[in-house]
Amino acid sequence: MPAMSAQTLPSSTRLIEVQPSRRARRSPAARIVFGIPYAVLTTALAIMFLYPLIWTAVSSVAPRAGTSQPEGWGLGNYAALANYQAGIWVYLGNSTFVALLTVLLTLVVSTLGGYAFARFTFPGKNLLFLTVLAILMVPYTTLLIPLYVILNAVGLSNSLVGVAIVLTMFQLPFSMFMMRISFESVPRELDEAALVDGATTFGALRLVLLPAVKPGLITVGMFAFLAAWNDFMAPLILITDTNRMTLPLAVSNLRVQVQGVIDYGATEAGVVVLALPCIVLFLVLQRHYVRGFMSGAFKG
Amino acid sequence: MSAETLTPPTSPPTIPSPPPPHRSSRARREAVRGWLYASPTTLFVVFVFLLPLLLVLQMSASDWPLLSGNQGWNLPENYVDAVDHRLFWDAIWFTVKYTVITTILLIGLGLGLALLVQESTRWKSLLRTSFLVPSALGLASASLLFYVLYSPYAGPFADLMQSWGFTFLGTPEGALWSTVFLIVWRYAGFYMLLMLVGLQAIPDDVYEAARIDGASAWQTFRGITLPLLRPTFALTIVLCVTGSLLAFEQFYILTKGGPDNSTMTIVQLIYNVAFQGQNNLGIAAALSVIVLLALIVINMFQLRAFRRTDED
Repeated sequence: MPAMSAQTLPSSTRLIEVQPSRRARRSPAARIVFGIPYAVLTTALAIMFLYPLIWTAVSSVAPRAGTSQPEGWGLGNYAALANYQAGIWVYLGNSTFVALLTVLLTLVVSTLGGYAFARFTFPGKNLLFLTVLAILMVPYTTLLIPLYVILNAVGLSNSLVGVAIVLTMFQLPFSMFMMRISFESVPRELDEAALVDGATTFGALRLVLLPAVKPGLITVGMFAFLAAWNDFMAPLILITDTNRMTLPLAVSNLRVQVQGVIDYGATEAGVVVLALPCIVLFLVLQRHYVRGFMSGAFKG
Repeated sequence: MSAETLTPPTSPPTIPSPPPPHRSSRARREAVRGWLYASPTTLFVVFVFLLPLLLVLQMSASDWPLLSGNQGWNLPENYVDAVDHRLFWDAIWFTVKYTVITTILLIGLGLGLALLVQESTRWKSLLRTSFLVPSALGLASASLLFYVLYSPYAGPFADLMQSWGFTFLGTPEGALWSTVFLIVWRYAGFYMLLMLVGLQAIPDDVYEAARIDGASAWQTFRGITLPLLRPTFALTIVLCVTGSLLAFEQFYILTKGGPDNSTMTIVQLIYNVAFQGQNNLGIAAALSVIVLLALIVINMFQLRAFRRTDED
């Protein structure tokens, strides 16, 4: 990991570059006078942003009275986390299932939809697109309360599939926008050539367009994964069975484990398990993370 | 965010139309295909978005306990009960206060951090990454992390808290500012990124012209950077206000609305009315509809305000 991050870090935010002209023109003396406070300030800021993460990672394996790691360094807190109620593997499995299903659904729906919006004319097209974007305007809770009733009515109460469907809907505005502009930026001649050669529209999509929109797919998939893996409110409202809880919910409940005594050690371990995949994914795909914003997806 | 501003540039003009006789059947075939590809989207929009939206309206006008379901119409009782709820105005006041504080801090810090790391050097790339790492965490994970960090037993400030006799989450003011700090830590990098995108859109020759005219750094900032960042400010403020008005996880995990209901946000109130104690989905739905309408009004007002200043 260190080697990879060292490689990723300097290059990956280079997408955002403002020419290094303005400050560089100062004289060497001025650069030192301005440089020292700058170095101190930025170092302090970097420490402030990284300290909570590092502290949590370190103290999850550090000895502390009243946790499952009372003496010496070790993985006692992780063992306690592993044995919590149904066991951490169940919760990890649930979270992974919800996250992967959400990614899959989001990719399928937004790829087909993005293709339709970018390449076809059909009645109601603009209305449908605007309705997708209108999802952004509606508060999470306003939809979750009726969705709780609807999912119960169709037999998806307490179901991880139900959670994934709901999370996919909340991902649609961003992913549909992203896939539409991804398809629109591919020259039309490319798929029209395939159609002239006798390919079906689906064949053109699969063989010609999909490879061309791969960066868009990665960005959409990553945002869907992060959103689904981390989501708290949808499973909180839609899941009541402890065996079906996702990891954030389980770690949040675990705090009040035994007679109101809070197991801080296991909570720290839980935060590390929750955060690690996100941080790794972020560092590896940082370029795409930044690209999500650059694409103008959020531009007003 | 208005849908209108989000619409991407319309697709390039279609290739010269084929000879007229075939045109209508071809257009029809294209429309059918388009609908076919758009059908999964339509299914999601209709059944997971529009249907719940209609249902929440019905629920807000019906007697609807959590366990026994629909008990018939009772308009406007739920709305009266919602507004009369003993925590309703307190929750609104607290949510607005929290929103103003976080928006000012996040917009200010986002811009400040963006200006600090604007140019592209190795050190600045590292700084950007370290500011951004917290935003990869989920809000719930970040809240749990700070829950331990603020703890008077296990946190790094535990000894200090004992000897000085203070707690982070024990007083209303402390709980508010501790949560604000968590949110700033989690989101500052995200707003920095949006500000960087905005700064990047300002053409370099504008700065060049200012430099030739002998403008000072401060004059350049006030006269060029700030006005040209207006679209970015509009976007970030709308995002930040909407997000903060709907705050839930951070308070649910850190303070549970306490101490003494002093940090109860409006969304927490909805959750509590629906699923904790009262178990009344009707009143919760009425509250949700009120929040939805308030949000639409606030966002329309904001967008109009920004558009007007644009025209000046």
